[in-house]
Amino acid sequence: MLSIEDLAVEHRSPGRPAVRAVAGASLEVGAGEVVGLVGESGCGKSTLARAVCGLNPITEGSITFEGRPVTPLGLRRRRLTGIQMVFQDPYTSLNPRRRVGDQIADGLRTARDTVTSPADLLERVGLPRDFAGRHPHELSGGQRQRVAIARALAARPRLLIGDEPISALDASAQSQVARLMRDLAVESGAGLLFISHDLSVVRLIADRIAVMYLGRIVEVGGTEEVWAQPRHPYTQALLKAIPHPDGMGVLPAELPGDVPDPASPPEGCRFHPRCPFVMDVCRVKEPEFGPVACWLHEPA
Amino acid sequence: MTRLDIADLKVSLRGKEILRGVDLRLEPGRVHGLAGESGSGKTMTGLAVLGLLPHGARASGAIRLGGRDLLTLPPKELNRVRGGEVAMVFQDPATSLHPMLTIGKQLTEHMRHHLGLGRAEARARAVELLGKVRIPGPEEAYGRFPHQFSGGMRQRIAIAVALACSPKVLIADEPTTALDVTVQAGVLRLLRGLCDEMGLAVLLVTHDLGVMSAVADEVSVMKDGLVVESGPRGRVLREPAHAYTRSLLESLPDLEGRC
Repeated sequence: MLSIEDLAVEHRSPGRPAVRAVAGASLEVGAGEVVGLVGESGCGKSTLARAVCGLNPITEGSITFEGRPVTPLGLRRRRLTGIQMVFQDPYTSLNPRRRVGDQIADGLRTARDTVTSPADLLERVGLPRDFAGRHPHELSGGQRQRVAIARALAARPRLLIGDEPISALDASAQSQVARLMRDLAVESGAGLLFISHDLSVVRLIADRIAVMYLGRIVEVGGTEEVWAQPRHPYTQALLKAIPHPDGMGVLPAELPGDVPDPASPPEGCRFHPRCPFVMDVCRVKEPEFGPVACWLHEPA
Repeated sequence: MTRLDIADLKVSLRGKEILRGVDLRLEPGRVHGLAGESGSGKTMTGLAVLGLLPHGARASGAIRLGGRDLLTLPPKELNRVRGGEVAMVFQDPATSLHPMLTIGKQLTEHMRHHLGLGRAEARARAVELLGKVRIPGPEEAYGRFPHQFSGGMRQRIAIAVALACSPKVLIADEPTTALDVTVQAGVLRLLRGLCDEMGLAVLLVTHDLGVMSAVADEVSVMKDGLVVESGPRGRVLREPAHAYTRSLLESLPDLEGRC
């Protein structure tokens, strides 16, 4: 349904070299499928999500949704309303001066839906119907994010994108909101691209996991497979760094070094300066294959 | 030997009781983890130790450090404790470091004030500290500004700033929440190492029970301004006695694979 091919997105600012936030990423999301996109901050996850919505112009490559290319958002009225996004911070993504119900009604109007009422949608996201008359400041962070989800769903998207939709929420609300997004997307037959830096939450809801590092997707695979047998050294490091609440006092493994500057990525494999299994070939040639972009897992 | 003893600490703000009798003890060389949801009073407990409660807050009870009660200490003496004997690391290194001052300035200013060091001495010590928190190239880092460092490096610098006056007690409020997991791992290892090496008494405030399990020796769980459960890490996390602790543990994404 959504197909991203060799996507590159550059951020340009005057007087500085262009930063390739996304540098040749390919990914597909099918109908009714939940894909989790994970990676450290600054790896280009959010830029990729914004490009898919048309919020960032594409430098190279292509994004097609249901066979048609995704065009950048402009001033004209948009026809492509099949993609909807839930943003990271529900404190800034909702209009503080408008009632929650009115904001959800915008989505309904987009989908030319005259049957459903905003209160119905509030009910679907697990909020009381009378919240429609409230303003965002009367709600908690978790409740606001539910409103943002209701607003996105009101437009009847065929693809829902969540850009770190849970990271601004309390720990106890995080897995609830993540599950809610999954259930609602799957229920309505829409695809879900769920972006997060928290692997343990992504694992809970995603069918497939894509791991991103410095603008490229380095590993894609079924959730269970990636979790149980991560193949790319970066994925392995990510998983090992998660501390487990088992009471054993085990310090998580550290991945040495910092994410390199995306304006001047290292030669060869982007991960080689931090990789514990670095080989000669890694320093000179970039592994441009999938599903695991690593010379250790070169397809025969 | 208890280093810091918080006894029956109550704090109220605008007629609302935020802390309703908190008891905590910090021991040297031990990390005491304080868990709970937002609004449970974890951060307020940490701030009370430093005398940084919001304006108009009333505190009662006692916070004893080396024979003194920090709650009744006159402001001048409290200033000497703050940043000296008791130091703090905040959640977000992007806002806790001054953006317009060099790392060196931020590291030496309070050292010169509290310890009365000369410029050269303070500089030498600052460079040593930067090396200790494993900042690559400490000499060059000394003259740089916070924005020239990544989030993880900034948090290491904030830790170096906190350690500058050889504190006895370190309060770390969600020190890794703003960081990526891979970076978090490094900062946690650093904190644990410093605690062991320098005999620091650390109060680690975090909502992340995974982090808690990795570094804390003792764990206290707070809810609505009260400590509902307290004990050694292994017992609290593996055999929680209080229903609230159990519910916190259950709300976590299950790592064993159930959904």
